[in-house]
Amino acid sequence: MIAEAENKTQTDKANLEVFAQTLEELAAADKDIIVVTSDSRGSGKLGPYGQKYPKQIVEIGIAEQNLVGVAAGLASAGKKVFAVSPACFLTARALEQIKNDIAYSDNPVKAIGISAGVSYGALGSTHHSLHDFAVLRAVNNIIIAAPADNYETAEAIKLAAKTNHPIYLRFGKKVMPALPADGTPFEFGKGRIIKDGADVALIGTGETVYPALKAAEILEKEHGISALVVSMHTIKPLDYDLLADITRRCKAIVTIEEHSVNGGLGEACASFLLQHKAYMPFKILGIPDEYTITGSQTEIFAHYGLTEKGIAKEAIALLK
Amino acid sequence: MTEKELAIKSINYRKNILKYIYAAKAGHTGGSLSCLDILNVLYNHVLRVSPQDFTSPNRDRYIQSKGHTVEALYVVLADKGFFPESDLETLCKYKSHYIGHPTRKVHGVEQNTGALGHGLPLSVGTALAGKMDDRDYRVFTLLGDGELPEGSNWEAALTAAHYKLDNLCAIIDHNKLQISGRTSEVCNTDPIDAKFESFGWVVKHVDGHDIKALMEVFDSLPFEKDKPSLVIAHTIKGKGVSYMEDVLKWHHGVPSADEYGRAVKELDDALAVAYIE
Repeated sequence: MIAEAENKTQTDKANLEVFAQTLEELAAADKDIIVVTSDSRGSGKLGPYGQKYPKQIVEIGIAEQNLVGVAAGLASAGKKVFAVSPACFLTARALEQIKNDIAYSDNPVKAIGISAGVSYGALGSTHHSLHDFAVLRAVNNIIIAAPADNYETAEAIKLAAKTNHPIYLRFGKKVMPALPADGTPFEFGKGRIIKDGADVALIGTGETVYPALKAAEILEKEHGISALVVSMHTIKPLDYDLLADITRRCKAIVTIEEHSVNGGLGEACASFLLQHKAYMPFKILGIPDEYTITGSQTEIFAHYGLTEKGIAKEAIALLK
Repeated sequence: MTEKELAIKSINYRKNILKYIYAAKAGHTGGSLSCLDILNVLYNHVLRVSPQDFTSPNRDRYIQSKGHTVEALYVVLADKGFFPESDLETLCKYKSHYIGHPTRKVHGVEQNTGALGHGLPLSVGTALAGKMDDRDYRVFTLLGDGELPEGSNWEAALTAAHYKLDNLCAIIDHNKLQISGRTSEVCNTDPIDAKFESFGWVVKHVDGHDIKALMEVFDSLPFEKDKPSLVIAHTIKGKGVSYMEDVLKWHHGVPSADEYGRAVKELDDALAVAYIE
């Protein structure tokens, strides 16, 4: 039995739920907000939204390519479109539509990958999206982001609605505790320092930021290691200024992501660091290049070391 | 514009298509010639769009799903004043915006297309937005018959009927040839009309080179209230140049100097006849 993350409060929610609620608030004030779904309003927590705003939701049925194409057509006619579908299908089956109809044609659709990463757990690899950062990083003209907690989620949705640019956001299903706020406003392309530190930087994204923060506590309390924790919610454009700053502040970097170790946050950071001659101990934590073991998201995280203990262990090893 | 004026335009457009493909040594010759009369009638008789009002939310939209026959679109857009025709001298040249598929960097182009099976979903979304906003614009999209096996077309065909998009008109340039051979032999899609009808569309057939018939079919839109319209335009690949007509190699064949000269002569002869008629 694997312990769930601690420190949850009654008000903490899954980011997916916050996404849906934020959209409801936005839709009330703006009739151009349109949600497009592929039989995914239930899994996207959009049931209440659909009931309140039946004219601002377009059901496509299970047809992701068409979902994205139609969303792009709506956006080209001035609608503020959130195309919502499980991340696994949205970014694989409809990749060509994201590439051509959204990014290349510059139609400012907000593509929302729900139940991302290994959120679907034991449903298996067909339902996991461990490739989405990698494939979309190689597509020009699209912002890629994975908000970490409820605050970042709400801010990301509000900002996305105002941003006239293609965006991909991914959300998981797990209830996420609030991260300490540093007071800086949420901005795409600007990572947030969740905790200051001087020895090792733990850079997470999405649902891995919280275990990174817990790992920092273990490191300080049990090992006297000072760990800086970053929510690198935006994978592209990556916050190079913050990365450069981290190289001056810390001696080692661990990146943590709910994604394949190939092509995601870690490799994006490594690419920047190497090309700027920042040679330092560096470790990418993620899902290795294999089809995942069967289990819940929590079990899969534990199996591959994406836990507070696993992250702390890697950080200690890196500093030796 | 009269039927005669349009017929003369078609011949001049064909000459221009060949001129720029010959100069670029690249282009989709056969398909550009097969869809040309459709584009001529759309832009000169049907579409409520001009270079001046291209950003108007009320303009009619034309989205070319079969993006590879972009030369036909370029020639017509230039004639409509979207850009100087001399721009086409840069067709497919280093750093030119006039690439081998439509892009929005060219004034008058609605969407970046080229990958097949994208025009219909984009058109469905655009038509749906028009319905939501009670705008009276119409959306036209041109598909090749060779792209019909793309599944996204059929997904979008369902959605168009589901949302009763009678402001949407899809046109199939049915020239019955694709890069590997006869469409019926590569992947038989017949009967196209019965398939779309069963999906909830209203379908009309037309001779895709008969200017008058094209004018009439588009004048009768929407074919039925609350249903999307499909025009199956029966065309001939390479239409207008005798040795190119219905010959596979002209899918993206580029004429030699001698062939180009013969084609221009044939079209000039046709022009002389058209003026007299």
